[in-house]
Amino acid sequence: MSSRSQTPRTAGVADTADVRATDTPYPASTADTAGTSGASGASRAAGASASAGAGPGGGRPRGLRSPFDLAGWTRDLGLGARFAVTGGRQGWTRTLLTAVGVGLGVALLLLAAAVPSILDNRRDRSQDRSVVGWNEEMKPGPATFLRASGDTEWRGQEIVGSLLRAEGSRPPAPPGVSAMPRPGEMMVSPALRDLLRRDDSSVLRERFADFRVVGTVADEGLLGPAELVYLAGSDRLTEKNAQRADHFGSDGEGEPMSAVLILLAVMVCVVLLMPVAVFVGTAVRFGGEQRDRRLAALRLVGADLRMTHRIAAGESLVGALLGLAVGCAMFLIGRQFIGSVTVWDINVFPSDAAPHPALAALIAVAVPACAVLVTLLALRGITIEPLGVVRGGTPRRRRLWWRLALPALGFGLLLPMIGDVSYDADSDLNTYQVAAGAVLVLVGVTALLPWLVEGFVNRFRGGPLSWQLAIRRLQLSSGTAARTVSGVTVAVAGAVAIQMLFAGVQDDFEKDTGRDAGDPRIGFSRGVTDSADAAGTITAIRETPGARDVVARVRASIGKAGVTDRNTENAPVEELFIADCTSLRTYYDIGACEDGDVFRSGLSPSSFAKPGAAVDITPPGYGDAPKEHLWTVPATARTVAPRADAPADVVRGIVATPSAVPIDDLTDPWLLIDLDTDPAVRDSLDQVRNTAMRIDPSAAVLAYADVERNERYADIQTGLFVGATVTLLLIGASMVVTQLEQLRDRRRLLSVLVAFGTRRTTLAYSILWQTAIPVAIGLALSLAGGAALGVVLLKMVDRSVQDWSALVPMVGIGAGVIALVTLVSLPPLWRMMRPDGLRTE
Amino acid sequence: MTPAGSLLVASALRKSYGPTPALDGADFSIHPAEVVAVMGPSGSGKSTLLHCLAGIVQPDSGTVRYDGRELSSLPDRERSALRRGEFGFVFQFGQLVPELTCLENVALPLRLSGTGRKAAEARAAEWLERLEVDTVRAKRPGEVSGGQGQRVAVARSLVTRPRVLFADEPTGALDSLNGERVMQLLTDAARDTRAAVVLVTHEARVAAYSDREVVVRDGKARDMAGAA
Amino acid sequence: MSIGHTLLGLLESGPRHGYDLKRAFDERFGHDRPLHYGQVYSTMSRLLKNGLVEVDGIEAGGGPERKRYAITDAGITDVAQWLAQPEKPEPYLQSTLYTKVVLALLTGRNAADLLDTQRAEHLRLMRELTQRKRGGDLADQLICDHALFHLEADLRWLELTAARLDQLGKAVRA
Repeated sequence: MSSRSQTPRTAGVADTADVRATDTPYPASTADTAGTSGASGASRAAGASASAGAGPGGGRPRGLRSPFDLAGWTRDLGLGARFAVTGGRQGWTRTLLTAVGVGLGVALLLLAAAVPSILDNRRDRSQDRSVVGWNEEMKPGPATFLRASGDTEWRGQEIVGSLLRAEGSRPPAPPGVSAMPRPGEMMVSPALRDLLRRDDSSVLRERFADFRVVGTVADEGLLGPAELVYLAGSDRLTEKNAQRADHFGSDGEGEPMSAVLILLAVMVCVVLLMPVAVFVGTAVRFGGEQRDRRLAALRLVGADLRMTHRIAAGESLVGALLGLAVGCAMFLIGRQFIGSVTVWDINVFPSDAAPHPALAALIAVAVPACAVLVTLLALRGITIEPLGVVRGGTPRRRRLWWRLALPALGFGLLLPMIGDVSYDADSDLNTYQVAAGAVLVLVGVTALLPWLVEGFVNRFRGGPLSWQLAIRRLQLSSGTAARTVSGVTVAVAGAVAIQMLFAGVQDDFEKDTGRDAGDPRIGFSRGVTDSADAAGTITAIRETPGARDVVARVRASIGKAGVTDRNTENAPVEELFIADCTSLRTYYDIGACEDGDVFRSGLSPSSFAKPGAAVDITPPGYGDAPKEHLWTVPATARTVAPRADAPADVVRGIVATPSAVPIDDLTDPWLLIDLDTDPAVRDSLDQVRNTAMRIDPSAAVLAYADVERNERYADIQTGLFVGATVTLLLIGASMVVTQLEQLRDRRRLLSVLVAFGTRRTTLAYSILWQTAIPVAIGLALSLAGGAALGVVLLKMVDRSVQDWSALVPMVGIGAGVIALVTLVSLPPLWRMMRPDGLRTE
Repeated sequence: MTPAGSLLVASALRKSYGPTPALDGADFSIHPAEVVAVMGPSGSGKSTLLHCLAGIVQPDSGTVRYDGRELSSLPDRERSALRRGEFGFVFQFGQLVPELTCLENVALPLRLSGTGRKAAEARAAEWLERLEVDTVRAKRPGEVSGGQGQRVAVARSLVTRPRVLFADEPTGALDSLNGERVMQLLTDAARDTRAAVVLVTHEARVAAYSDREVVVRDGKARDMAGAA
Repeated sequence: MSIGHTLLGLLESGPRHGYDLKRAFDERFGHDRPLHYGQVYSTMSRLLKNGLVEVDGIEAGGGPERKRYAITDAGITDVAQWLAQPEKPEPYLQSTLYTKVVLALLTGRNAADLLDTQRAEHLRLMRELTQRKRGGDLADQLICDHALFHLEADLRWLELTAARLDQLGKAVRA
């Protein structure tokens, strides 16, 4: 087999009878037009160079040229540029395809370059509107105000709220509004305003019934255009439930990202940008074969090899520059819509998405430079002779060692970091090492592909005719096929790795909530002033439509009696839980219970809170408790065992029924209510939030919904899936282009095959195989490579693989792309399988 | 002009590509084992006549009868099957699949008709030998000379033992010596297999290998046997 | 080339004097070899003897040069037969064929048929030669090839002329 490919394959403008008779893969008519247009252009070229005084023909003038001939360069680049735009309909199509392909890449790169400014702007505005307080020293003054968080949710969407109360006459204005809202007034973001106006938002309107909307929060007060924000003035804020401040904005550094998050971010960048690079490289090569033939025509009239290379460079330069323009346009247009997109709860102002100038400049220089470089590299393997294109005399054997060395090196960089990455913000992660390792692995996987494809197709014999046609085609040009698919490999390998990483890490987040599926789904808690306040709150929640299984407890601390130092913070304390018997039964196996009973749970024998002991219910260190307030644990207090599914915080302490303890005397009693909602009642969760808002706008309602967590993971999965799909579609598009180009070149051959009575299905299948074989190999390789990378990354964060199912959708997309490319190629195939191609007259 | 015993008969064929008629009422007939040269100036409609006769192109009007069957009334599938099984084709150039070896190219029509690979390639090898190009069996079309390639094409056109061989300028791209040799081999082989040959050519020396010639002029075919 | 048939053909368009005939002949066919008067008169007398032409009248003043000839019906038939008869394909046939084509055009006969007939004859001979060549040794082949190449050249000329008949017709009648 290898001997067959030894001899140079000549194809193209060769006009000698021998070559033309044997292997001219396109009909005479196209050959003629290509030949004439090329020749006429070339004669112009010859003329131009002759007038410039450097004859392209003879060897001597060439030898006299300086190594860098500026005039020659500009002339040849200009000539190439002219070919790019004047090559007739086909030339234009080619240039446009390149431009669109490069443009897509550029747009993505610009978006990536805008990420830092997006994050910076968001962080800046987030800091500007935050309130630094908790300064107990600060006394009320003309500029001071009280502020409490009023964050809430509506149907799973987060609403960022601030409750404000001016204490003086000159309170500062929060960012985005002209003045601080007065009690009963509310300013809302445009998105929230629109949401409130919607017909089906009546429950939400109810929640804000206490406030009158008096204005809109401008962009300076928002992180993104779709952010739901309100600022409400409330006279119910006190020093107890709010913090005092005298200005908005904090200048402190945000909490540093944890190493795990940095790892994720680095991987996302690598995974998103690698296929873009591959795709730009592929796009620049669109229509290469046709270009090579034109260059051969130029050689015929005397262009030397260096000239042809420069002309080719000029041609791709035009495509790349056009692509740059297209990419900028796509980015600018796409940016207008960025505000309406919310990914991972992140929503961005178009104006925030401003590429970093240095990065933008780098893109503007690097993309055309890469285009030229790729073109010149692609020309390296072939020799353009006057009579046609000779593909490397003896085809270079694909070497395995460096292809294996790349991923090996990559893993070599990654493996030492195993176990080093943690959630601690200060764990230091060498981002460059991670990025370099990941890039090397992905590039290595890609570099392995041509070798694998070649090895695979060369080993194949037999099979049905369509299979044979496809295999033979791939044998002749396995490089082209592999190149096209390499984008798939990078994208899928990256996506698989990152998805595995997310899946592994996501599991941690779910465990962190400390909640199991059997727990109440909703928790509501607030500080209460006295037993009436607590009882009122509980009743209000119970009476909320859709609320059920309401269980409540009041939590406080008790200290050892007889501590004389009222300022110590080290006196022994225990927890005190107060709840009615019904609620207690859900926490403990309690047996008989009636109001007035007291129990003990999980206390160690050495604890001071023994039955019959007097304890201090206003212990030092907890709030304003200047003197001891004694209460006696009844001697009859039984020890009870907490139920297996009880919340973790009720396990250990004194457990009392309401009338057993003077609730009103406790220091800072904290009311916790757990409840479920009736799924049959519409917006039941939001009804609960409404009740909470009415009772206390600063009270927190937490929904421990597993589902919600999974949804977030699903978001990530969807994002990756969409990203991978888009990448694969792009690659599919370039495969279609290659396929169509190939079909066009073979129009005459197709007609001959039709004359022979070839069935359409035979050719259709051969096209299917031609796409399917490299894509399948690419997918297999990328799944293997991606999984290996994923395992290593997970080991780095000290986790094991949770989910192999990440691999499944990728296989699906791959199959989809194969089907798509084949299907899109079929209509032109049918069209070209007509006898017209036989007409030579 | 439709003598009894004709294998392939066309009458009153009309075919236009755009506004210009390529065929304008052409008649044609050929007997089994007969070699008929179709001559005429460029653009006269010779190739169109061949395409219509072979059922590659549907005429706008007129009939083509092959072995008692009306070609234009057959669905595309059956016409394709007919071309696979009973017709053979040689063209001027660009007909060999560049990826396949010469042997595989010759085996191609057999494989299209469902013959297994081994059997098909064995028969293909016989034909390569017969056309004196046995040495190139493992080479790809791009690696053989024009004359060899054309012989491979002739071998491929005959490997199914067709009843009609359509040859469209089979020597058009060859020098005289190679052209003569190809024509000798082609007509010898056709005679041996009693295949009728429709030979489209503009070269008299090629046409001289025929039994009879038909001249296509202005879309009409004229049988020169009647003219002499 | 048959001068007799040519002169006969020229007479078909109407009676002419011997001198006119020579001039017409020289104009159309005698580019490099004009006719002698003697040739004209000897030919005309032969035709007269065979009844293919008749003397239409004699100009006053006597003398042989003043005779006006007209073609007879037998003469017309003779021209038609001559034109329809393909020439034996041989080298340097063009002058005869050219004369025939021009005459056919002049006399309103179908010149295309004439060319087709000739072409069929050429091809018949080529076929024979090809057949002989296939059976023969190298010497035979070379000899046959020589003839074949010449015949092919003639045949190309025939095709070219056929393609330009309209043009030629206009030129001849002008």
